[in-house]
Amino acid sequence: MPPIEAEIRQFVIDNFLFGAVDKLPSNDDSLLEQGIIDSTGVLEMVTFLEQKYGIVIDESELAPANLDSISRLVNFVIRKTAQPAISSRAS
Amino acid sequence: MCGISGVVQFDDEPVSHDCLAAMIDCVRHRGPDAIGYLSDGPAAFAHARLSIIDVSGGLQPMSNEDGSLWVTFNGEIFNYVELRRELIAAGYRFRTQSDTEVILHMYAHLGEQCVERFNGEWAFAIWDKRARQLFLSRDRFGIRPLFYTRTPHGFAFASEIKSLLALPEVGRDVDLETLDQVFTFWSGLPGRTMFRGIQELQPGHSLTLRDRKIEVQRYWTLDYSSVNHGMREDACAEAMLELLQDATRIRLRSDVPVGMYLSGGLDSSLITALTLRHSHHRPRTFSVNFDDAQFDESAHQMTVVRFLGTEHESVRCSYQDICNVFPEVIRHTETPILRTAPAPFYLLSQMVHRNGYKVVLTGEGADEFMGGYDIFKEAKIRRFWSANPASRLRPLLLRRLYPHMQRLQSQPDAYRAAFFHIDAQELSDEFFSHLPRWNLTSKLKAFFSADVQSAIGGADGRLELRQRLPESYRSWDIFAQSQFLEASALLPGYLLSSQGDRMAMANAVEGRFPFLDHRLVEFTTRMPAHLKMKVLNEKYILKRVARLILPPSIIKRSKQPYRAPDTHSFIDVTTGKARAAYVDELLDPGAIRRFGLFDAAAVGKLVEKARKGLIVGIKDDMAFVGILSTQLLMDQFTQKGERYAAN
Repeated sequence: MPPIEAEIRQFVIDNFLFGAVDKLPSNDDSLLEQGIIDSTGVLEMVTFLEQKYGIVIDESELAPANLDSISRLVNFVIRKTAQPAISSRAS
Repeated sequence: MCGISGVVQFDDEPVSHDCLAAMIDCVRHRGPDAIGYLSDGPAAFAHARLSIIDVSGGLQPMSNEDGSLWVTFNGEIFNYVELRRELIAAGYRFRTQSDTEVILHMYAHLGEQCVERFNGEWAFAIWDKRARQLFLSRDRFGIRPLFYTRTPHGFAFASEIKSLLALPEVGRDVDLETLDQVFTFWSGLPGRTMFRGIQELQPGHSLTLRDRKIEVQRYWTLDYSSVNHGMREDACAEAMLELLQDATRIRLRSDVPVGMYLSGGLDSSLITALTLRHSHHRPRTFSVNFDDAQFDESAHQMTVVRFLGTEHESVRCSYQDICNVFPEVIRHTETPILRTAPAPFYLLSQMVHRNGYKVVLTGEGADEFMGGYDIFKEAKIRRFWSANPASRLRPLLLRRLYPHMQRLQSQPDAYRAAFFHIDAQELSDEFFSHLPRWNLTSKLKAFFSADVQSAIGGADGRLELRQRLPESYRSWDIFAQSQFLEASALLPGYLLSSQGDRMAMANAVEGRFPFLDHRLVEFTTRMPAHLKMKVLNEKYILKRVARLILPPSIIKRSKQPYRAPDTHSFIDVTTGKARAAYVDELLDPGAIRRFGLFDAAAVGKLVEKARKGLIVGIKDDMAFVGILSTQLLMDQFTQKGERYAAN
């Protein structure tokens, strides 16, 4: 498993599922629909991503299209880490 | 205001005085002024008195003239002056000036229907010697508590559960279905307690016990079936002011000084202003402030104080203060709670008591019946949005909700909209308004241990609530439905009990609630919804009434729901350490496993998150407080608890 995916999965398990590995959804399941992340939870996720991967997430990027499944999160982090932080602010 | 308890033996054996004394001793905090006992064959009553009306003559238990009726009473009948006159005209003779004697004579006069004549807050028991019948009654809204249980040899009742648990034959098994409901509705549904076999007499109900048979009857309920859609705004405001003035006037009846709780919001400011019209004294007001600025309303309180010229005192509340009093708070709530909000009320009543006051008026009830809560607004926006689900603008109205909650305000719109998203089937759900709150709270059940989850099985609090809904409920408008849900569950189960009676009476302070005068409440049930909330302007008519009395700065300020800091009160995030030893002890995996209600590993992760200062959401805050308060309850009230053993 690629490290980013493993790290995000572990964060979801620790932070939102409080260790209940069996409740971890598949990579493509909606975290909102599964009731795992709510509107406050997404702020926790954003803080984690920014601190862990040294990225800056713009308000316009705070959308389910980027953040609502483990796969989307992984792809989002890959995209963000591939570009300089300053361009994400401008986007 | 007082504490009561009593026993009726089925085997005709006299009740042991020691048992009776032990029961009343548990609620001495409710009535430190005097203790009284009555023993009459199979029945025995006890009473702990807080002297407020007829200080010298109102001792209890009290009998009627010929000793055929005895009463032990906690509360106030505010219209006792008028009822006394009626009873005297009907030939009854009074020996005291108390409202207690009015209860006795009105019972003699009208029997069990007497309660329909009372305007007040009460929990009482009458022993009818001739009929060998016990009659219990509780006020319409559940302001005063009353619990009962069957024992192997009879029946027992009391103001607080701890008095019943003082009887060795009463069990302490936890009712897991109630626990499940606490972690859904914030409290068990009316009638339930955390202890199996112990019941609460529901608000608006009476109970008779005769020939070993218990019969519970409802004498009053909220009914929104008769809305007057043609009600005019100015006539409505005029009628409301008149009712509110009278409700306040009769709640100032007291032989000891009456103070006021002042939050800084519209409701308590209005009540305080109205008392000025009926009192020659400079009003005395009391408030709670917070070190944490996001919860503090002291600036608004001082605006009201300056305007009304009250003599004011406030207590400042820190995280550490909440942590320090929390075990005592749970000893009084006798149920888990999901927020710490009752704790500052404990500190407030402590200060009121220190100042020599026994009675306070408060603004409780206005939000429920005048349409003040954000949950009503939330339901309205969700309905509006559902009419055009593709709209991008309609969900932006959700920003208007909870304006004082910084964390919620910083949520991305897309996520806020997703959270409040409506499924098609929800539109016809009778609990539409409350689904987001209950669904969110229910997620905390993920912390229950596997044993608890399996024991609860298919029990469903919503199904139980659905079965209790009045027949006409489905014909009411959505606003009335959400008001009913708020007023019949959260109001008695949490606000008037855990945050109300229990916190005030822990320090021998009686709360009085003009907005809960049943004449006023019945009037609001006839008001059309648009006069309660005009578009998204909450408490519309009440604000109009207030314009005659209060300055615009108080009326126009946006509503700030009363809250207190939660997890931060127990964990210092700067050090990651608990603020008191009991927090570590009770959240330790060993203690979690000992009581068996929660999953130790999941709780461990939650505590770790709290220590790192990563708890930022309501859900985690509620989980932390809910688990800690449940552990405190178990520790103090069940045999497995170390504090129970120490006591």
